[in-house]
Amino acid sequence: MAYFFHTDEDRRQMLAAIGADSVEAIIDAQVPAEVRMNRPLELGPAASEIELEREVRRLAAANLSPASHVCFLGGGAYDHFVPAAVDAIASRGEFYTSYTPYQAEVSQGNLQVMFEYETLVAQLTGLDVSNASLYDGGSAAVEAVLMALAITSDRSRVVTAGTVHPEYRQALATYLEEIDAEVVTAEVGPDGTAADLISRIDEQTSCVLIQHPNFFGRLEQVEQIAEAAHAAGALLIQVFDPVSLGVLRRPGELGADIAVAEGQGIGNPLAFGGPYLGIMACRQELVRRLPGRIAGQTTDRRGKRCWVLTLQTREQHIRREKATSNICSNQTLLALRSTIHLALLGPEGLRETAEQCLQKAAYARRQFAASERFEVLHESATFKEFVVRDTSGDVAGALRHATEAGFLAGVPLERWYPELADCFLVAVTERRTRSEIDSLVSTLSSAPRSLASASGVAAGA
Amino acid sequence: MRNQQHTKLLFELSRPGRRAHRLPPLDVPAEPLESLLPSEALADAPPPLPELAEGDVVRHFTNLSTLNMSVDTHFYPLGSCTMKYNPKRNERLASLSGLVDVHPLQEDASIQGLLQMLFELQQMLAEISGLPGVSLQPAAGAHGELAALMVAAAYFRRQGEDRPVVLTADSAHGTNPASARMAGMQTNTVKSNRQGLVDLEDLKRQLDRRTGVFMLTNPNTLGLFDSQILEITRAVHDQGGLIYLDGANMNAILGIARPGDFGADLMHFNPHKTFSGPHGGGGPGAGPICVRDFLTEFLPAPVVVKEDDAYRLDYDRPLSIGRVRSFFGNVGVLLRAYFYIRSHGGEGLRRVSEDAILGANYLRSRVQHILDVPFGEFCMHEFVASASRLKKERGLTAMDLAKRLLDYGFHAPTVYFPMIVPESVMVEPTETESKETLDAFAEALFRITDEAQDLVHEAPHSTRISRPDEVQAARKPIMRWTPES
Repeated sequence: MAYFFHTDEDRRQMLAAIGADSVEAIIDAQVPAEVRMNRPLELGPAASEIELEREVRRLAAANLSPASHVCFLGGGAYDHFVPAAVDAIASRGEFYTSYTPYQAEVSQGNLQVMFEYETLVAQLTGLDVSNASLYDGGSAAVEAVLMALAITSDRSRVVTAGTVHPEYRQALATYLEEIDAEVVTAEVGPDGTAADLISRIDEQTSCVLIQHPNFFGRLEQVEQIAEAAHAAGALLIQVFDPVSLGVLRRPGELGADIAVAEGQGIGNPLAFGGPYLGIMACRQELVRRLPGRIAGQTTDRRGKRCWVLTLQTREQHIRREKATSNICSNQTLLALRSTIHLALLGPEGLRETAEQCLQKAAYARRQFAASERFEVLHESATFKEFVVRDTSGDVAGALRHATEAGFLAGVPLERWYPELADCFLVAVTERRTRSEIDSLVSTLSSAPRSLASASGVAAGA
Repeated sequence: MRNQQHTKLLFELSRPGRRAHRLPPLDVPAEPLESLLPSEALADAPPPLPELAEGDVVRHFTNLSTLNMSVDTHFYPLGSCTMKYNPKRNERLASLSGLVDVHPLQEDASIQGLLQMLFELQQMLAEISGLPGVSLQPAAGAHGELAALMVAAAYFRRQGEDRPVVLTADSAHGTNPASARMAGMQTNTVKSNRQGLVDLEDLKRQLDRRTGVFMLTNPNTLGLFDSQILEITRAVHDQGGLIYLDGANMNAILGIARPGDFGADLMHFNPHKTFSGPHGGGGPGAGPICVRDFLTEFLPAPVVVKEDDAYRLDYDRPLSIGRVRSFFGNVGVLLRAYFYIRSHGGEGLRRVSEDAILGANYLRSRVQHILDVPFGEFCMHEFVASASRLKKERGLTAMDLAKRLLDYGFHAPTVYFPMIVPESVMVEPTETESKETLDAFAEALFRITDEAQDLVHEAPHSTRISRPDEVQAARKPIMRWTPES
């Protein structure tokens, strides 16, 4: 076994100092015999490093990934480029094997990173303050709603757009099931934006949750929605895409009171969905209800500028059941990666990345629109992803064919939107090339059409 | 030796026009932005991020890293946090292509190798806990608590029972009552008795038909295994309530006792503690939950199932509470747990706990001449001492000890938790520390108690900063850099 220290002699000396005959005796003195396990755990034998590596490499090689296939998958997680410097710095043990900065004096590295991260998020969103991160985009959206419900404590209605990431809305429904609040969902209009959202905002509405660009890559009318929400005394929560802010106006300028995002796309690996990074920023006056850890600036006893965890009286370890949230950890390592990536990008790098996503996605749209078999579902502007309809109806067949030809081509939408059973979502990041896009469209176009779909029945349902 | 320039803030190092990032030339026809996006949506300029060269960035963060203590560099006996060695092989394996770069919305058929490992991890956690239903979805321990309480709530709703009360021990982690509140439940506190265990009389007094869940940490936060465990679980079950086990201290009982066997109905694991996931400066963690068979259908969806020889994600679970986050879970952390468990096997895991218990009891025996250890003759994987006597006799607080230990090159234990011990010092050495390290730590503590009071009060002396003003930080919060600040 690889990680143990104690030799037989160590054990003998340690037991002698303790005054016990054996570890078994120490356990027996505390754990009642009736609850002792009377057989070994059935977990198989211990694997050596060589054996484990051989087997895990085999299992890893059995998976497709953006390294083996050209990736056009999006839907809240994206194949953006991660510079080598991000991996190099984040793999320093001083960062990844440390913990929450309870002892500020020996955690100034992490605390300064948290403070820099919070500043970058504020700069990015155009809002005043940020926490030091939450679990992921979905739980950040939920926490934002809970925060709004606490601020507007006499209101219990949450109006969400049907164009918000469906898994975020599912998580929201789960959380709100147990508390006294209701969700009203504005459906998706034919143009791919939230229809009749504004008409659903009323005097009982605590907050409005929208995503811009939305799940389909479309832009929402954020300013109009913000105006309507504020007129009714509700808060506006915007889910945003950090990369989009290289070209799009910032949530704070559009009227969002709280902005949340999935931070995976800036510096973090896809990793089959996690760990990811929940970004959350808000207006200054809401800060005392902000969940999660926060690093703040102060001075030490010699007057030197430094950083500490602050506003801890919001938190569970002090306030217990009265805390703003039960959250204890944050995603410092992922926040560090995003901080490094944003520092490497700078304003121009972010702008150029966003513009390349926009231009390449627009090019891909035109290619799909010009194809015989496919159409682009919504007419108007999208950022880096868009919805494609397979007029043959055989989405599953087309995507399977593309996989065989070396593409992770798109995300079928039927699971969340049954009415879009013949549609899939295509995302185009700065990593994609013109020839990859061209060959994606031609490959999908050449997919055999199934018999069922030829007669107009959606296959793969 | 410290590079002072590069501990400035990123924003202070910024120079207009510097940049580290270059993209290949755009290879599709460029359209005017105004033709692609409505002008009211377009920003006039990108966000005012700092402008730096790659060398700036690398030197800046590398220098910042040297201001942290970490498991790789220091003994880190932070009680309740299980700061054990983080095996390097786990890092390499978790970074393999085919694992680290898999998109969360790929088809099941394209990720059979990954699903196999996740499926096997579900089975391993079921075996270790003695609870057959497993969800890997929650993102952290506190998230697992919340998800499991939602499972309990859904179960009671299905049974038509109104059980809104959650009981927590006064020695419990703060997340327990906070999670209960978020799950829409009321919380009441159960006292500890003179032995530091659950006060059975107080528990029984509070139990009734409105009790939903008793949240229990066992071994508890004092590092003691509650010898009354069967009486406790029986009393709760007799009233129709459920037992939730906070798995923060699982490092003490792997292969020794299983929560499912001592009466727990639901629990979470902290794979970043028990199964060596690196703590990442505060996260990420993960918080998989295990439940008894009759609660399985309420678990978050999806779970991994095996049919014939294929693995798939099962979303079709009509009684599921739903999702608690987006996508599958903190897979990177879960995979490290899988590698760790595979590296140990059943017997190895038991030795993990035995060595953790040995190390904690040894250090306890070395320390108890210096600090009182108010509860227990022995301990499990950690112990809680009190600096009360030292405070009275020498004016030294738990905080003073913690700060001065930093000068000796040790991370401080957890202090002032659990709250039921005054001036508490909570020490968890873990199994991955040598006798020599434990001896050196005890020696340092001993020497500190003999040092001049002022020296200790003003510690640490060897760190870049000392005793930051937290009151000022909270009174006038500065949460971001601005050009004026």
